[in-house]
Amino acid sequence: MNTLHSNHLLQSRGAWRPALVLAAIALLGFGGLYSLAATGIGRVLFPSQATGSIVVRDGKPVASLLVAQPFADPRYLQPRPSAAGYDPMAAAGSNQARTNPDAIARIALARGEIAARDGIAPTAVAADLITQSGSGLDPHVSEQAASQQVGRIARARGIPVARVRDAVAQATQGSLGSPSYVNVVKVNLALDDATRDALAPAQ
Amino acid sequence: MTTFWLVVVLAIALGWPLGHYMARVLRGGTAPLDVVFLPVERGLYRLLGTSANGGMNWRGFVMAFMFANAVLFALVWVMFMTQDALPLNPDAAPNMKWDLALHTMVSFLTNTNQQHYSGQAQLSYLSQMVGIVGLQMITPMMGLAMLAATLRGLFGGREAIETAEGAQAPAIEGGERDVGNFWRDVIRAGLRIMLPLCLVWAALLTSQGVPSTLQRGADIVPIDATVEMKTQHIPVGPVSAMVAAKQLGTNGGGWYGPNGTVALENPTPFSNLLETLALILIPVGCAFMVGPFTRRRKLTALIFGTMLGLSLLSGLGTIWLENNAPGTAAAIMEGKEVRFGPDASAAYAALTSQTSNGSVIVMHDSLAPLAGGVVITNMLINSIWGGIGGGVIQLLVYMLLALFLAGLMTGRTPEMFGRKIEMFEVRWLALLILVQPLAILGFTAITLAIPSLAGVSNPGAHGVSQVLYEYTSAFANNGSGFEGLADNTVWWNVTCAIVLLLGRIPVLVVPLMIAGSMARKRVAPEGPGTLQIESPTFALTLAAVIGILTVLQFMPALVLGPIADHLQLAAIAAASGG
Repeated sequence: MNTLHSNHLLQSRGAWRPALVLAAIALLGFGGLYSLAATGIGRVLFPSQATGSIVVRDGKPVASLLVAQPFADPRYLQPRPSAAGYDPMAAAGSNQARTNPDAIARIALARGEIAARDGIAPTAVAADLITQSGSGLDPHVSEQAASQQVGRIARARGIPVARVRDAVAQATQGSLGSPSYVNVVKVNLALDDATRDALAPAQ
Repeated sequence: MTTFWLVVVLAIALGWPLGHYMARVLRGGTAPLDVVFLPVERGLYRLLGTSANGGMNWRGFVMAFMFANAVLFALVWVMFMTQDALPLNPDAAPNMKWDLALHTMVSFLTNTNQQHYSGQAQLSYLSQMVGIVGLQMITPMMGLAMLAATLRGLFGGREAIETAEGAQAPAIEGGERDVGNFWRDVIRAGLRIMLPLCLVWAALLTSQGVPSTLQRGADIVPIDATVEMKTQHIPVGPVSAMVAAKQLGTNGGGWYGPNGTVALENPTPFSNLLETLALILIPVGCAFMVGPFTRRRKLTALIFGTMLGLSLLSGLGTIWLENNAPGTAAAIMEGKEVRFGPDASAAYAALTSQTSNGSVIVMHDSLAPLAGGVVITNMLINSIWGGIGGGVIQLLVYMLLALFLAGLMTGRTPEMFGRKIEMFEVRWLALLILVQPLAILGFTAITLAIPSLAGVSNPGAHGVSQVLYEYTSAFANNGSGFEGLADNTVWWNVTCAIVLLLGRIPVLVVPLMIAGSMARKRVAPEGPGTLQIESPTFALTLAAVIGILTVLQFMPALVLGPIADHLQLAAIAAASGG
């Protein structure tokens, strides 16, 4: 066997060529070609998911089902607070520790404001509504967070509470033992549709 | 809890056949689907030249590993600094500054994926697809190749474990041993293990909503016209290809800045099951590979058993600590996503640090302090499952140390697999285990001593945790962070790059060197006097050695960081509750 002979060659000057070739295989093949192949497969099999789960209304993109957007009007289901101002290009959590005085003060303040907004006791406010999510873009709220807002939304819109509950129920999902959760954009689009239907006969 | 147990069961059920398949891929002889892969491999070997033929001794193998790293180092660094002039940059990401580009490149080259940048804003599609994904695919396979070579060495060379004659023929003492061919190992592992798994995972993830496109994302007009924001840009791209590679390859570096917390990167509980499973799938496969690869099947039981025991302890512990921290009710969802909830988030935090993955679905800064402490401890051990290749190598290092100590206690010459552990090996082992505290504690101390360097976002003990976490994560080649740190500075970029390299190169090279030295020794046949390593007694000794070397060594730092943080939290909770 002459394996030892080739080892010594490799140690002296032989390793640059294979190293360059392996780097090219890694970057262009395992990086570039693999990415293109995987991206092509996903794009063809799941065209809507592949482009960001965008919702189009009247020919215009109005939301991604997977990105929170801000809602201020009391007629809309409110999302979780965002440390990133709901800007996906700046996505971030607060990165504040449990012991951080700023975080403790912020959570207490949010609890008071949201209790007043929804007309409920401060202790009844859902935990996810007073805390900032990891991404700052959490598109969901808990069932508790949705149901505490139902009465306020119905009043602001002048529609029956049951219509709001319907909209929430249709946007609720959950599986694999995770707690159920509600997609905020789906609820608000359904609410706008419901309100438009309610107004249509009057016009 | 459902996610945690599902992941453990699935990882074992799939890791078992995967490990056997990996062993066949890395051994000589036939492997499944040779018809498809062999012609491709032969073509690539031809490009590589003569060095793809024949075996290497440990020096040759290490040199090949170093050369491959050096070339990738230069190419990717330049790519990041010039990406604006290169194609495929629809979101107009600017060129990276030298220090950020250096840190980013080293971080991905060392299979770490610590990120001091936000991918969606600071990297072009080309940098992501070619630079980042290329390294994410190849570096775990380099780790796997180093493991294969180390195992070959510890058992006396390739012939000894691959041929019946080799196993019997007493090799000439002191002769050089063939530990395999680096180029062939990496290419075979990449083509036959990493690539198929990534293609499947990428498609499944896109089905759940992970973007998969080369087009620029939409600019949407928010539904509520009363808000200040007039348009919202939805960043997309070839995300699923990268997320598959980052999850499966113990990489961890995501497309978006806050990683898997972003719903575009991990959209549903099902995608989360896939991604959590992928954290440990190949590392579990590595543990199962050891037995069939070395033909010492009982060894799998020791390695897998020790890893599983530690994994369950740390996983269930993290979930419990997260749910039972003082004053939990108000802040438990801080840094978490509603679709995952506290249990799945804590399970993920535990598993991502038991492997050297480091991707996150919850902001670790906002975890309960002691849960964060467990995460740091997992990274200090770094072999509960560990990185691909690196995890088992690290466990073999602990085994050598445990055998040395056991040998001293029982008054026998310590040996592993019939080969004596002597002065040369012990001296290098001692140096190797000193690198970790020197790198982590040394840099943590310097950084904390000069507050202007630290850039912590939290006051008090948690600020100490943030700095300790960053260097621990860098040395463990993990890559997760207490992300509040303002870490894109020359100090953080350069020092982390040093720690990253110290946590990768010596940790993979020194064990192979020791294995190369062991390979040349005469084998003593196992007899009744041989220490039985595949036994619960030795597994406990091993766990004790791991505990002493990591937990006790770093106890003062852990007390100043997470434990003090926990006591502060308890005091705050008591004050507001009472």
